Amino acid sequence: MSQDSHPPRIVCFMCNWAFCEEEMRIPYNVDVIRVMCIGRMDPALVLETFIKGFEGVMLVGCKPPDCHFVDGNLHAERAVKMLKKLLALAGLEPERLKLLLVAPLEERAFSHYAKEFSEEIWRLGNSPLKKDEFIANLTAAKEAASAFRLRVLLGREEELTEFMNAYGEKIPEEEFDALLDDVVKAEYIRYKIHYLTRIKPRSVKELAQILGLKPFAVLRHITNMRRKGMIALDRVEGYTPLYKALEVR
Amino acid sequence: MANGKVGAVLVVGGGVAGIQAALDLADSGFKVYMVDESPSIGGVMAQLDKTFPTNDCSMCILAPKLVAAGRHPNISLITNSEVLGLSGEAGNFEVKIRKRSRYINEEKCNGCGLCAQKCPVEAIDTYNKGLTDRSAVYVEFPQAVPLRYKIDREKCIGCKTCQEVCKANAVEYDQKDSEITLKVGAVILAPGFEPFDARLKSEYGYGRYANVVTSIEFERILSASGPYGGIVLRPSDGEIPRKIAFVQCVGSRDAQLGNLYCSAACCMYSIKEAIIAKEHVPTKLDCTIFYMDIRAYGKEFDAYYKRAQEEYGIRFVRSRVASITEDPATGNLFVHYVGEDETPRVEEFDMVVLSTGMQPPKNVEKLAKALGIKLNKYKFCETGAFTPLETSKPGVFVCGAFSSPKDIPESVAQASGAAAKAMAIIAPERGKLVAVKEYPPERDVSQEEPRIGVFICHCGINIGGIVRVPEVVEYAKTLPNVVYAEDNLYTCSDDTQKRIREKIKEYNLNRVVVASCTPRTHEPLFRETVREAGLNPYLFEMANIRDQCSWVHMHEPDAATEKAKDLVRSVVAKARLLKPLKNPTVNVTPAALVIGGGVAGMTAALELANQGFEVHLVEREKELGGHLRKIYYLLEGEDPQDHLQKLVKAVMENRLIHVYLGAEVVEVSGFVGNFKSKIRLNNGEEKQVEHGVVIVATGAVEYKPKEYLYGVDPRVLTQHELEEKIAKGRFNARKVVMIQCVGARNEERPNCARICCGQAIKNALKIKELDPDAEVYILYKDVRSYGFKEEYYREAANKGVIFINYSDDRKPKVSNEGGKLKVSFYEPVLKQEIQIQPDIVVLSAATIPNPDNKRIAEMLKVPLTKDGFFLEAHMKLRPVDFQTDGVFLCGMAHSPKYIDESIAQACAAAARAATILSKKVLEMEGIVAKVDEDLCSGCKICESLCPYGAIEMLEKEGKTVAHVIEALCKGCGVCGTACPTKAIVLGHFTTEEILAQVRAIMREMEVAAK
Repeated sequence: MSQDSHPPRIVCFMCNWAFCEEEMRIPYNVDVIRVMCIGRMDPALVLETFIKGFEGVMLVGCKPPDCHFVDGNLHAERAVKMLKKLLALAGLEPERLKLLLVAPLEERAFSHYAKEFSEEIWRLGNSPLKKDEFIANLTAAKEAASAFRLRVLLGREEELTEFMNAYGEKIPEEEFDALLDDVVKAEYIRYKIHYLTRIKPRSVKELAQILGLKPFAVLRHITNMRRKGMIALDRVEGYTPLYKALEVR
Repeated sequence: MANGKVGAVLVVGGGVAGIQAALDLADSGFKVYMVDESPSIGGVMAQLDKTFPTNDCSMCILAPKLVAAGRHPNISLITNSEVLGLSGEAGNFEVKIRKRSRYINEEKCNGCGLCAQKCPVEAIDTYNKGLTDRSAVYVEFPQAVPLRYKIDREKCIGCKTCQEVCKANAVEYDQKDSEITLKVGAVILAPGFEPFDARLKSEYGYGRYANVVTSIEFERILSASGPYGGIVLRPSDGEIPRKIAFVQCVGSRDAQLGNLYCSAACCMYSIKEAIIAKEHVPTKLDCTIFYMDIRAYGKEFDAYYKRAQEEYGIRFVRSRVASITEDPATGNLFVHYVGEDETPRVEEFDMVVLSTGMQPPKNVEKLAKALGIKLNKYKFCETGAFTPLETSKPGVFVCGAFSSPKDIPESVAQASGAAAKAMAIIAPERGKLVAVKEYPPERDVSQEEPRIGVFICHCGINIGGIVRVPEVVEYAKTLPNVVYAEDNLYTCSDDTQKRIREKIKEYNLNRVVVASCTPRTHEPLFRETVREAGLNPYLFEMANIRDQCSWVHMHEPDAATEKAKDLVRSVVAKARLLKPLKNPTVNVTPAALVIGGGVAGMTAALELANQGFEVHLVEREKELGGHLRKIYYLLEGEDPQDHLQKLVKAVMENRLIHVYLGAEVVEVSGFVGNFKSKIRLNNGEEKQVEHGVVIVATGAVEYKPKEYLYGVDPRVLTQHELEEKIAKGRFNARKVVMIQCVGARNEERPNCARICCGQAIKNALKIKELDPDAEVYILYKDVRSYGFKEEYYREAANKGVIFINYSDDRKPKVSNEGGKLKVSFYEPVLKQEIQIQPDIVVLSAATIPNPDNKRIAEMLKVPLTKDGFFLEAHMKLRPVDFQTDGVFLCGMAHSPKYIDESIAQACAAAARAATILSKKVLEMEGIVAKVDEDLCSGCKICESLCPYGAIEMLEKEGKTVAHVIEALCKGCGVCGTACPTKAIVLGHFTTEEILAQVRAIMREMEVAAK
């Protein structure tokens, strides 16, 4: 991670249609990667960006109701909401991820926002996580975001909360959000357990200690992971079973 | 329906009792509708890990029955449904049923499980008692019947993922509940029980302390298919416990909760759970059972109890547990209890299992109202001592735990019994509403090269957790003549049967091999499957890679995988040589021989006669009645002598029942469907009768004590003698000491005689009724007043009967001192020797086997237990069958039991017999010996060796040749082995086939193939 003396490394994924300035005055420490629409930003890709060492990620798109691709910006909003939950779980400040939606005739230049974000990240300073922990947590978050379960929920959120579900009902936003909270948390923990037991077989108690959870809760996750073929018993040492990760298909 | 009756029966509840009732009815020509509230059948038994006293795997013995019920052409499963109402009368009911929506089309769903894999929502897994989660679209367990998924509407968010992944288009979100109306002639209720909610016993901390679990949760914890994969773990931290306490009577025998009854099965299941836990835990485990009385009253139960103490070192503490507290730092638990000496004690454990009792099923009042039946004060179904299977509404019968808490074999016996009762009502309608199963024409494969399909089972993790199954599949594909191989999570599941049939067609298979568990339980299922695909059922063979491989080589996955390959290779080699066999058929004589004219024999005879079958009832004594003649009153209040007279009258007046008094069966020959027996009549003449089945109801006798001055001092009586004295008004003692377990639970007869505790309480209450001031002492080892009899134990104690416990090392002593009877014993609370001078001493003498059992067993070629009672085919699921087809047992010939239990078993034996007698022709097993008459030298060695008398010598074209009576042949092959000219071949196990297996194991086949 960055030292206080250096400016933080920031990447900005930018919609092709936002900020049509002729000349962008971009700070030195900010890199821009162009995408067609900010709705393209796969949550797993964002997390991978953090893993690669960037200290701040900015997603720039168009302000509703404008979007060159109808509503890609709204998808991005939902993705960011979920990503912030995952970052918080991983122990990284959610502020390190910023979604900026700007109107087509935005008055201020991109450099203004970039500078502002860069300063904020500077203020946040180093990641609170140690190197190993950082990799473990962000990998777990990335794998959770890559897995079918979270992607399905994310992909269906609009339909379920704004139109109707299979039963012709609309799910209230807060209800869906509560469900998403639970699922994000469960998936994050399971992939963290998976990551940790990939390194070496571990016991429930050891995992609980690393995760800061009650062993009771860890055991329940392990039962579910067994059901899903994510983990298996490796061996028993004394009175303690040790579990190892299985390759996830 | 000429007489307005309907040849169909509604069975409510799809647990083991409901399934047994349904199978018996369907197998004897009636249509069955089975309604269950759950999405699949199986009930509580499907959640259990093992069963006592044989430690059989519960699911392994239940699964074949689930599948049989699921595929029976005469059984319609109506799951996820409830009964709304019943109208009409016995013989012709109309029943209204609500089918709740599954949101999955049952016809279309093929159980592939893709929906559950992809469902993003999790819900609490109730099948696993909340120890883990499942998806919102689910089946309860992988072997579920019907294997049809269901959407948990409470949890489902309607995201449509399942609909999109479902290849069968089975998801229907707009499916609505529907109501259906059925016409049936009778109704059988088997809704089972609800485990007691341990939260109500708040002092035990269930729900607050993670490591306090209920017994059913513990069953799931023990189960290999359970959430912990069969390793016993503490829920709090996933560690293996070192010390487990089992607390008995949680929600039973509890006046505070109003559950005064005993739940009848918990003592035994706790002993079993303790034994299995010790077997499952690789490290040292201490198990302690805190109990009031150990009620090991069933057949061979005490022997099991003894093994638990002596072999497994399980500790039993007679006590009352006051409360349980937790050490929050460790999750360990403190059991606070009061021991036998009334001293409070505390002991620390890693884990506590609460032995929760049985409650009436949920919504029982609604069900009772819908059906118009009465409930007793505990809200179980009301029945009578002589009518244990009848509800208050004619035509509606009951079985299993719904009429009183009970164990599996009693439930199964009652289920068959209730089936008999239902059959009697609609007997004339037999065969009118049923479909005859049609098989496709058998393919002639004689000219084809063998084309073998191999199906290899993971058995959940039973096999797949050890043997690398996919590797074995790849290996199987390389074997000669194998054209197809695949692995299955459960090869025995319903969907796999469909797959096997499809693959037979797709690959034009003409031999099928399944590598899985034991052919003893699963071969019939797979044979049926290949038959349904147009193959002769004997073109199938099994390799047992579970019992003989993964289970025994649990810790050597590499070696186990190699061995599994060896076994598959060997069986494939045999399969190449398999030849089709024909099942022989025999005609059935629609009559029964019942041996014994006590309450069981008479009831069985009447039940069969009520269905229109002829019965020969043989009684050795000069009158009917047996043991029942000595019983003058019952705990429950009914009049046994009145019942006896009515029963005798009904039997004597029934023109289908031929009663032979003072007579004996002296010879039984023949086989199922075609027995010929000789009865020696009271005048010494012999009469031959022909019959299709035999029912053994020879009863039992009271032990004549040698101990406690019995026979020396006339003031020492047995319970029966006391009962007679009281009944005849000759009783006048004021101080009575009763001694329990005389002639039982000792070195000579280790098992409990079951009924003596009830007898003692009954007589004690009678004495108190005659003279409330009379002193009655009962010296006991455990008071085994199980079920609702517990209530009378309490009543006796309340009325001042004094119960004093004694142990084997301090048995009471009875002496005659100066003409006075003296009883001395040790009082465990006061911790001192006490002496009493009673007027009489009453010995609760054991009920011991009929001394004639040995002769009858030899005559029928059926086994006895070590104690000398008849031994049934399977202690749990076949309580009234013998291993020998067409021979059944009931009543005290099986083991000591109360009258209601004998009646239930007698009805059960009648139902089981009816499954044979109702058929004109029986199809037999096709694996029989065949004689090549050209080679036969007529030496008769085979005839003398055959243990079944299946070989007779015939004169053919001037030559004596051996001939196999196929219906008697059991396929052992001893005859062929001994034949000096090798003229006898045993089908399916020919020398060539066995040699091929031998060679293949030695890998010769591989070499030859190259």
